[in-house]
Amino acid sequence: MVAFIIRRVLQAVGVLFAVGIISFSMFRFAGDPVNQIVSIDTPAAQREEVRRSLGLSDPVPVQFTRYLINTVRGDFGISYQFRQPISDLLAERMPATLELAFCATVFAVAFGILMGVYSGLRRESFLSKLFQTLSLIGISLPTFLIGILLIYLFAVTLGWLPSYGRGDTVRVGWWTTGFLTLSGLMALILPSITLGLFQMTLIMRIVRSEMLEVLRTDYIKFARARGLTTRAIHFGHALKNTLIPVITIVGLQLGSVIAFSIITETVFQWPGMGLLFVQAVQNVDIPIMAAYLMLVALIFVMINLAVDILYTVVDPRLRSTIRQPV
Amino acid sequence: MTIRAKVLAAAAAAFLVGTALPAMAVTLRYANQGDLKSLDPYTLNETTTNAHLGHIYEGLTKRGRDLTVEPGLAEKWEVSSDGLTWRLFLRKGVKFHNGNPFTADDVVFSANRVRAEGSNFQTRVPSDAEFVKVDDYTVDVKLKRPNPILNYQWDTWYIMDKEWSEANNTAAPTPAAATSPSYSSLNANGTGPFKAESHQPGVKTVFKKNPDWWGKVEHNLDEIVFTPIKSDATRVAALLSGEVDVIEPVPLQDIQRVNSSPNAQVLTGPELRTIFLGFDQTRDELLFSNIKGKNPFKDAKVREAFFKAIDIETIKSRVMRGLATPSALMIAPELFTYSKDFQRPKYDPDAAKKLLAEAGYANGFEVGMDCPNDRYVNDEAICQAVVGMLARVGVKINLMAQPKAQYFGKVLKSGNYQTSFYLLGWTPGTFDSHNVLFDIEGCRDNPASSRGESNLGNYCNKKHDELADKILVENDKAKRDQLIKEAFQITASEYGYIPLHQQALAWGVSKKVKLSQRADNSVLLYWAHKE
Repeated sequence: MVAFIIRRVLQAVGVLFAVGIISFSMFRFAGDPVNQIVSIDTPAAQREEVRRSLGLSDPVPVQFTRYLINTVRGDFGISYQFRQPISDLLAERMPATLELAFCATVFAVAFGILMGVYSGLRRESFLSKLFQTLSLIGISLPTFLIGILLIYLFAVTLGWLPSYGRGDTVRVGWWTTGFLTLSGLMALILPSITLGLFQMTLIMRIVRSEMLEVLRTDYIKFARARGLTTRAIHFGHALKNTLIPVITIVGLQLGSVIAFSIITETVFQWPGMGLLFVQAVQNVDIPIMAAYLMLVALIFVMINLAVDILYTVVDPRLRSTIRQPV
Repeated sequence: MTIRAKVLAAAAAAFLVGTALPAMAVTLRYANQGDLKSLDPYTLNETTTNAHLGHIYEGLTKRGRDLTVEPGLAEKWEVSSDGLTWRLFLRKGVKFHNGNPFTADDVVFSANRVRAEGSNFQTRVPSDAEFVKVDDYTVDVKLKRPNPILNYQWDTWYIMDKEWSEANNTAAPTPAAATSPSYSSLNANGTGPFKAESHQPGVKTVFKKNPDWWGKVEHNLDEIVFTPIKSDATRVAALLSGEVDVIEPVPLQDIQRVNSSPNAQVLTGPELRTIFLGFDQTRDELLFSNIKGKNPFKDAKVREAFFKAIDIETIKSRVMRGLATPSALMIAPELFTYSKDFQRPKYDPDAAKKLLAEAGYANGFEVGMDCPNDRYVNDEAICQAVVGMLARVGVKINLMAQPKAQYFGKVLKSGNYQTSFYLLGWTPGTFDSHNVLFDIEGCRDNPASSRGESNLGNYCNKKHDELADKILVENDKAKRDQLIKEAFQITASEYGYIPLHQQALAWGVSKKVKLSQRADNSVLLYWAHKE
């Protein structure tokens, strides 16, 4: 088991290194950061000075080595735009993104399972058909469009919910939370729906098809023969077995919910890491871009590692294959 | 209800109204597409940033609603007869937000700080000008040569507190490449009508009214909350739903919708920035063209043909939805006395074809065009319209529209001016013609001088440059304007550039708010009234 984990960690380091190389080479094409830092009528001599002080006039291998060494030391540098350490900026923005991802996932799981179970059990009912149609919309409409539609319906036309931002936040230690104020909670609703809609439809479809599958199996028939109540059969036996793939999906999707909150955060001006990244791309703020990509890669690698380890805990059959690598 | 009860009720109601209203703080919420990145007033010279910081900090001069220069922290100034000494008389009794008095030391300190390495405002004060403290409220500026527009940009050269800056280890400007966070980029201590209450870069900035401000208060706000909202649709939605009171800009396609809503309207007006097209007139062979061995743009006839092939009225009505002012000059008409004497040559595609034939390009030619797609209002659409119009006279344009980060990296000096034909916008930072004559129209041939650094195609005329040099030191306004006119006439007669238009300002303002719109696109909320 220990050898397995060590091997996995080494692989993770390899992945992070590859992400580092790819992201660094991509920055060559992001544009010239100096032009974003100075105004258009800044004399060329001053521009050169800025370029030199940023280390951008060094040869590429030198820049890459410096970038690697600093990254390994956990020093992501100073943002070109904000003149603040990247680690501070990310720490300040992370609570917003994580709270949004959490709410979106809770929304997706709760409604996805409910709707999935219902449409699995009552396939022919009108409501199931409605859910199916809705899920089609959820899968096919792009996120930003859903966000804008929700804003126009609930913020502009009805005026019930805020159209942008996080509302009032409360500081608990270094963490800022929107859970403790009314405006913070109201502000979470629309972005959570926007971000979670795709996962919700995914979960709903999985639960529905799993439910249909499981209800046809023998042990359900035997349970019926034993005279158990429909309720016990559906929720005690059938639902439990449909949840295994759901857990896998939710786990793996959590990474992408965090990483791909970029669009939702842009539409709702949600002050999280995704918005920070988008602003960084527009302003060629290379240190933020680099740090964000590394962080996202790290989150993915960690989640995958955790899932792999959990599998071996859950399913003993996998352990033997781990001990003797194939 | 007895009379007595009625009287009591009325008294109670009056009491409630009387006490409740003043206690309700007036908060104005403002959203801009751009961000306020650093509070250090010498870090980024950009209109939006300067306007934000103008609430906290003040310059020695101010500019009024019509952009005239007015006294600011300097009550008045006198120029010696030889034009080499400026005596500044500072306003007395002014205090910084932390209570420190404003004195001559702060001016001398700020003059050094603004010219130090890392400042983006070095051109605000000539590098060889000497600031001498005469007494606590008098400063002499000694110049090496006369400069009639010395104080034209001082409205955005913000004066900082010497004591505060030194105490907080921020006596040097926060340079772009700061390796450690700077105190002054998160904190501010100015003399202005508002104080910086909190600043979360990229998220929110709160300004609080400064009750001890020296000037005449022209607003009724207690607090301004600024939020950057990058997404156009979200920004407009926030205005329409009443969550913000002022937004800038309103995208052209949303103007009608905002105006038809019950809550808000759009303030429009011509902006000072001139959008224009430029040609590479310096290389012997264009970088991006099928004509080899020669450069068609060196021929003034070709440039004239391009000018006449562009139907500016169509660009105005179709691309800009009426929100543009076609321009005959490389400077906004508001900034130059004789601008009315200049007329655009008429749109005439037949004449354009004839000119091209005369120049030896009867069958036209191909050329690449560079265009930003996220910098100016509908920039890419303007370029596409130009491509279509030039196609009608036989010129095939290969359009390269790209984000400003790539665009500027390619076409500016740092990218070695890699362009043959381009679209650019320019606002003279000094609000004066000399800036255009020097930066945009000046010859690039002397590598030691910064003349013509933004003249991407190197349009060059020596006579024009001689005039520009005279204009720089001419103290007599009438003579100076005449010289400026001559210089602009040279460029216009040679079709050195194709000025297109001034784009329109579009501010979305809640109907509860009254606001003055200044043509340089500075959103100044110290002139705002909110119901």
